[in-house]
Amino acid sequence: MSEAILHTETTELRAPAQPEAVASPVADELGPENERLALERTWRRPPGFLGWLTTTDHKEIGLRYIKTAFGFFVLAGILALHMRVQLALPKNTFLTNDVYNQFFTTHGTAMMFLFAVPMMEGMGIYLVPLMVGTRNVSFPRLLNFSYYLYLIGGICLFTGLAFNMGPDMGWFAYTPLSGPQYAPGHRMDLWSQMVTCVEISGMAAGVEIVTTVFKQRAPGMSLNRIPIFVWTQLVTSFMIIFAMPAITLCSTMLSMDRLTHLKTHFYNPAEGGDALLWQHLFWFFAHPEVYIIFIPATGFVSDIIIAFSRRRAFGYTALVLSMVATAFIGFGVWVHHMFATPLPRLGQGMFTAASLMIVVPNGVQMFCWLATLWSGRRPRFELPLVWVIAFIVVFLIGGLSGVILASVSVNVQATDTFFVVAHLHYVLIGGAVFPLFGAFYYWFPKWTGRMLNTAAGWWHFALFFIGFNLTFWPMHHLGLRGMTRRRYTYPEETGWMTLNMVATIGAFLMAAGVLVFIVNAMWSRRRGRVAGDNPWQAGTLEWATSSPPPSYNFLYPPTVRGREPLWEPEKEAPVIVGLSREKRQVLSTTVLDAAPHHRYDLAGESIWPFFLAFGVAATLMLGGIFNPWYVPGGIAVITLALFGWFWTSPALRERPSAQPHVAGQPRLWWLGRRGKSADVKSKDE
Amino acid sequence: MNSPESVLDPAGPQSRQIGGLTWLFIWTCVIVFFMVMGTLVGALAHRRKDQAMGPSREPITHPDPIRERRLWTTVWASIVLTVGTLFTLLFADLLSGRAIHKVSQSPDPLRIQIIAHQWWWEVHYIDWPARFGERSASNGITTANEIHIPVDPAHPVTVEFELDSHDVIHSFWVPNLHGKRDIIPGHPTSLWLQADRPGTYWGECGEFCGYQHAQMRLVVVAEPAEKFQSWLDGQRQSAPEPTGEMQARGRDVFLHASCAMCHSIQGTDAHASVGPDLTHVASRKILAAGAVPNMPGHLAGWIMDPQRIKPGTRMPQNNLSAGDLRALLEYIETLK
Repeated sequence: MSEAILHTETTELRAPAQPEAVASPVADELGPENERLALERTWRRPPGFLGWLTTTDHKEIGLRYIKTAFGFFVLAGILALHMRVQLALPKNTFLTNDVYNQFFTTHGTAMMFLFAVPMMEGMGIYLVPLMVGTRNVSFPRLLNFSYYLYLIGGICLFTGLAFNMGPDMGWFAYTPLSGPQYAPGHRMDLWSQMVTCVEISGMAAGVEIVTTVFKQRAPGMSLNRIPIFVWTQLVTSFMIIFAMPAITLCSTMLSMDRLTHLKTHFYNPAEGGDALLWQHLFWFFAHPEVYIIFIPATGFVSDIIIAFSRRRAFGYTALVLSMVATAFIGFGVWVHHMFATPLPRLGQGMFTAASLMIVVPNGVQMFCWLATLWSGRRPRFELPLVWVIAFIVVFLIGGLSGVILASVSVNVQATDTFFVVAHLHYVLIGGAVFPLFGAFYYWFPKWTGRMLNTAAGWWHFALFFIGFNLTFWPMHHLGLRGMTRRRYTYPEETGWMTLNMVATIGAFLMAAGVLVFIVNAMWSRRRGRVAGDNPWQAGTLEWATSSPPPSYNFLYPPTVRGREPLWEPEKEAPVIVGLSREKRQVLSTTVLDAAPHHRYDLAGESIWPFFLAFGVAATLMLGGIFNPWYVPGGIAVITLALFGWFWTSPALRERPSAQPHVAGQPRLWWLGRRGKSADVKSKDE
Repeated sequence: MNSPESVLDPAGPQSRQIGGLTWLFIWTCVIVFFMVMGTLVGALAHRRKDQAMGPSREPITHPDPIRERRLWTTVWASIVLTVGTLFTLLFADLLSGRAIHKVSQSPDPLRIQIIAHQWWWEVHYIDWPARFGERSASNGITTANEIHIPVDPAHPVTVEFELDSHDVIHSFWVPNLHGKRDIIPGHPTSLWLQADRPGTYWGECGEFCGYQHAQMRLVVVAEPAEKFQSWLDGQRQSAPEPTGEMQARGRDVFLHASCAMCHSIQGTDAHASVGPDLTHVASRKILAAGAVPNMPGHLAGWIMDPQRIKPGTRMPQNNLSAGDLRALLEYIETLK
């Protein structure tokens, strides 16, 4: 890294300014207004429908992800309400078994694949570039592609449901039930191809985040100064990159078993396949999936707690390391979903130990949050913090019922009952949705420039919190009273009615809470109180720009001298100058220390990612559902779209002439002394 | 709210062991929950030292190192406590796993083979302790959805279930007696248990198995040894010959309508094994794996239109004349 690759015009850069100039970030002779106009011209998306379709702005696509995922959350929630009505009374006839099975499968699939993971990715796509102080993600077109692929997958699932072709074998789709013999028709084909689409999209987003975090951090943001939310996104993205191939593989194998033209027998015991293979592959993905959803949520929690207790995180290193540990151990506990299967007892004991071990890093995290709250300023009870406190309460219950489920002996009684339904909703709603709502209240001002209404916010909170506990607490009892999951009906003599009725009432309270939130968001984005740049006086970089941020994020990309850059006593930090105004250029920095390394031109808008998403989706859907001979044709389309994509990419067009090597130490282009970041770093440790 | 299928209402040594362990875990969790909640309330509400000077909002970028060290001591103590608790729980789990396993060492079990189907349980009594009678090749028992086991405090009888499935994954579960065991096609397995309290215990299919997963129930009747003996003797008989014209007509209907294509009745020419063996169907408590109780009205409804009672079931509709149906019912009533 001693050699920087610089563009020719680097030599025309102004020499590093004198220390006095540091006080004024307005360091360009054109003046900030001209700078602003020039940047706006370069970074705004082209006008019109085509521009809307092809946009590569991480903020726009991030918000699209968030809105789309929220839409799927609402749809899947409506399905859940139907299920709750059906179960409120014994022998109820509100839904038939066929419809009920489609509903619970679609509910689980949509909540996991279409809401939770994409929502966290959306939050990351919006916030990570702002938090690390750059102007866009590393591969903006890939972002565009991944969004459309996700959208197509989601639309396919719900279109299938609308045409009575919704999957009906559970979101876990155990073979042989989901195989060709017991699930004829195209319901499960559609499911497995939808899963593949969404996971490919997820991997693209994961790669995006990893490169952005590794290579585009603001100078000075060494690894030990990365905001915790950005850490969570980084760790999660690595988990996505390792876990998603497992599900993509196993859903593709399922499709091959099912396709009449291929008729493989991966999961068919009658032909030497193995039904258990599916469970191993599926849970090897699906357990980490839980942490893929939960870890970003801990990032919301950490950042909100830091902002509200008004102190730097207690145990920053411990928080980060425990998150990394959770990610690693998360890949080693999948068999606890299979304790009732005839696997060797000793091996199961190992997985009990691993499942209990994962409590330790999560406990460390919890202790660090409590210590931060304890030793910070006395917090103001505003909505983001209130949701985080509720998270601590609810998630703790979910974590503790998880400890109960880690025991093999208890697990064989509790598994596949409503006890697990209660547990997983306490963990996933408690662990992800509560922090997510907190995050909405926290970052909504950044997205829209306006605050969410507080009174409506409290109603939302009260309805949701009470409704949630009314819905899911009784399910612990139902499970211990023998009520198995995924049943569309139950006889009266089981004595399960009262608790089911309570749960149904709670579900409607929750739904009312969500409705209040939707109305609040619609109203507040136009008429809410104006927020200003930094309504919470928080310390991370996304608050250093206007609300909502301009298309280029920062007029002068910032540099960083501490973990909470905006809390540093020296308010006027040096900024980066010398990036092109005419091209979409960002500064690439080194992985460990975030020292400036080279400038990097980002690709602009292009229609090809959109075509590619359609090509991939059509190949998977047609080839995976109807006839594998569509695949070669699809590959031709994909190749064409890839050619189009890269043909118009600036990297390919301009590389040869514009990148002479400049020997020697990398020049520090921001207005500061060489080696300054190292000084400040030592102070942190 | 009386719930007969509670896992915390054990009727055998296995479920009692698990029940005790469950309570240990639950109470540990309750204590931990309240400890953390106490800390949370303290963290939010306790009086800050610097509050006297008015509530400051200045961010703390360099916290007092002495206080930080003190906090770290507390955090480390909590971590040690956590790890200790987890080890205790792990150890308790391993010990009760061993205790549960011990019962499978009985040399003379009652062996019952169960084949799970979409959506009913096929039950074969393969072998039993000698005191319940000699076992020969011809006197095995085949029944469905209802299992009788003896309760004998003096000489506890261990039951070994040999579990298999030929279609999809099911899971055998009788909450009052033992935990679930998944029945995966291609992976036959077995489960050992005892009952030490007479009673009627419901079982469920524990793994989602398609349209009628919800109505794939079974019933376990744990009864004193003498009663079990007489039940066993009864089940070993073939079906009685029909007495009277109606019953004879009923048997003809059974053999010549579609019934005999799937069902068998020992002592007649019906030997099909697609559906449950009906040799002693009238002695059972439930029909259609628990979809309806076994009463003549329900039986008639089930025979004529099973899809209405249990949509998706493999049993087809039957179009019998009123007379045929009445005769068939009368015949079936004799199959005690």
